[in-house]
Amino acid sequence: MIFLLQKTLIFAIPLLIVALAGMFAERSGIINIALDGIMIFGAFAGAIAAVFLRKNPYFVSHNQLLFLICLVIAAASGAVFSLLLSFSAINLKADQTIGGTALNLLAPAITLFITKVLFSQDKLEMQTAVDAAGNNRDFGFALLNGDMGAVGQVFFDKAYISTFLAMAVFILLSVWIYKTKTGLRLRACGEHPQAAASVGIDVKKMRYIGTTISGALAGFGGYAYVATVANGTAEGTVAGMGFLALAIMIFGNWKPAGIAFGSLLFGFLKCLAVTYNKSLIKPLEAQMWMQNLLANNETFKNVYEAIFKNMYFYNLIPFVTVLIVLAFTSKKSRAPKAEGIPYDKGAR
Amino acid sequence: MQNKAQTKEKVSFFRKPAIQSIISSLICILGGLLVGFLVLFFMAVFSKDIPISEAFRGLKIVLSGPAAAGNPRDILFTCGNMLFTATPLIMTGLSVSLAFKTGLFNIGAPGQYLMGAMGSLLVALSIPQGSMPAWVIWTLALLTGTLLGVVWGAIPGFFKAKFNVNEVIVCILTNWIAANVVSWVFYANQQQFVNIAETKTNFIRKTISNGVSTATFGLDKLFAGSYLDVSIIIVSVIAVLLYVMLNKTTFGYELKACGFNRNAAKYAGMNEKRNIMLSMALAGGLAACGAALWCLNGQQDFKWNTYQALPNVGFNGIPAALLASNNPIAVIFSAIFLRYIDTGGSYLAGATKFNEYVPQLIIAVIIYFAGFSKFIRDFLNKRGKKKEKPAPAFAVDETVNAPKTQTPPEPAAEDAPEPAQTTGKDGDDQ
Repeated sequence: MIFLLQKTLIFAIPLLIVALAGMFAERSGIINIALDGIMIFGAFAGAIAAVFLRKNPYFVSHNQLLFLICLVIAAASGAVFSLLLSFSAINLKADQTIGGTALNLLAPAITLFITKVLFSQDKLEMQTAVDAAGNNRDFGFALLNGDMGAVGQVFFDKAYISTFLAMAVFILLSVWIYKTKTGLRLRACGEHPQAAASVGIDVKKMRYIGTTISGALAGFGGYAYVATVANGTAEGTVAGMGFLALAIMIFGNWKPAGIAFGSLLFGFLKCLAVTYNKSLIKPLEAQMWMQNLLANNETFKNVYEAIFKNMYFYNLIPFVTVLIVLAFTSKKSRAPKAEGIPYDKGAR
Repeated sequence: MQNKAQTKEKVSFFRKPAIQSIISSLICILGGLLVGFLVLFFMAVFSKDIPISEAFRGLKIVLSGPAAAGNPRDILFTCGNMLFTATPLIMTGLSVSLAFKTGLFNIGAPGQYLMGAMGSLLVALSIPQGSMPAWVIWTLALLTGTLLGVVWGAIPGFFKAKFNVNEVIVCILTNWIAANVVSWVFYANQQQFVNIAETKTNFIRKTISNGVSTATFGLDKLFAGSYLDVSIIIVSVIAVLLYVMLNKTTFGYELKACGFNRNAAKYAGMNEKRNIMLSMALAGGLAACGAALWCLNGQQDFKWNTYQALPNVGFNGIPAALLASNNPIAVIFSAIFLRYIDTGGSYLAGATKFNEYVPQLIIAVIIYFAGFSKFIRDFLNKRGKKKEKPAPAFAVDETVNAPKTQTPPEPAAEDAPEPAQTTGKDGDDQ
């Protein structure tokens, strides 16, 4: 169980931070479908920084510092990459879905292109680095291992710095968007930009702020994903994580609390699959009960075996759950009114 | 009628929607190639072991497409395969463009594609050879695949119409669900379907092993033994039919009306929910049909364990549709164009220091520019306006930024689409 919760946290963090990224963009009125691409780009930037900085032995021995530096680089490059979207969507009033799709295509293409030209392979590994003493695999773990009890184990044993940082950033930004003047203005631009403009708010600037924060967070999330879930391998994909984050953002009704709940739920369901794949999962109570019930019946037993002893079943759970929940919660769901509509001064 | 003819005469060359679509597509392609070249160039500048001339050679190889293959026979062979791989891409492109016409973004083409592949393969491989004529099995397989795609596409449509859930999200979720379902079905029936005989356990048996394959009518011989078969013709006919449906039928008009303004369509008495569902279902069927045609070629290896990655051809339908401004007939050409530079790109790794990701990069940039099509169109409109009417009442003042060097209109360029649709001519709503 402790292992399960640990894994849940690792899975949930990238989703949490990227869903928040989506929220920032959409609350300012820009649909950021490019989250996936920005994640890929940020992860690539972080990974390549790690590879190059590791040439300096100082960074090999100071893993934590390196991890943080790469994380900042990833976030910064995510922000820069998202400027492409902001420019097309805000200045040229282009279709935001098309711009986002372009970035989603562009990110894997350019990262794989550069990776292959520079390293003659399709992936960048940053997990392992050899220092004087030999292999150093625990890149980015907060080194707090020890006797900590159950709660301590969930949060601190072999936890990544990115986990704590993401939580802090999440709380800070959630407060920022609700409790500050700029946050309010940003949200106003997503609801009714013309009204916002009429009281002197610079809509273009606010939307730039929204998407740039979004880009930075997505870059951060991409790096967090690659460094933790993907075991430090950047290979031009984040397994659709950015799109899932988008789904979770809608699931969370464009609100931080909902996003936090959604990403934890999804992370938990997702890691059920992973733990099952690694056959680390113990049969749950209900499963045991069903097993006993069906033990006598051949057909049922076969059906049971075919369904519950199969990783695809566990892989399906999170997606199907989100789909069903979306169907039930959609009545209450409320997207920012002006999202996706290019700001037009004349349209009052 | 006369009034109409008059207004038509007045429209200057640059303001015709068809010409504008072509021009904006050409600008996008040129921009994409330019940026792609710049990336190669800077890579060469910053890397010590790549000479700068390599960038020019790289661009030349990408641009020469199948011609990069070398001798004439190889070129012919590569051409055939290029056309064959364009077939499913045309279908996913049509799928995406049909959804776009109804105002929906069908990012679910990969999932629909997978379902189509699964349906057709299941039927094509499980009906024993000889129990009925091969062409019957072929047809049944194609229909099953398409039908599964219809069902799969209808799910996002249903969610959108009934629960008002954003179709993008449902499409993404159904993509991953499809990926897992397909893997699961084939995993559970490995003995029957996986290509164990040729020890390719990552792939499904070729349908030719059950005697099922698409008729070629000598097209494969014509193209020096490539995979090309009659499916490219089938697909082209489907594209034309789709064009006719969208532009000449009431149903097509209703779909487009929903795309322009859902509420107005509803107000005009159209059943907009039904239209959304039908449009998504049709889109799903198109993508799935493309997959089925690809699988039923007989010689293709379908990777069954797809739960970790979605097929690219599904996503590439989006660029194909955008580049064609969602015109079904233009999709044929845009898909072939995409495959053309893809084919060129596949020779890059062997001949230069660059690699096969360059075409992908160019395509991405093209799509980025395709987003500006409205901007380009506005620009052309402004330019046209200035020419014919010196001072319309509501003229925009800032026409200063119209430079004289406009890209010359050349409709004879490689992919000149048919005239784009004009807004419905016989349906002024009340």
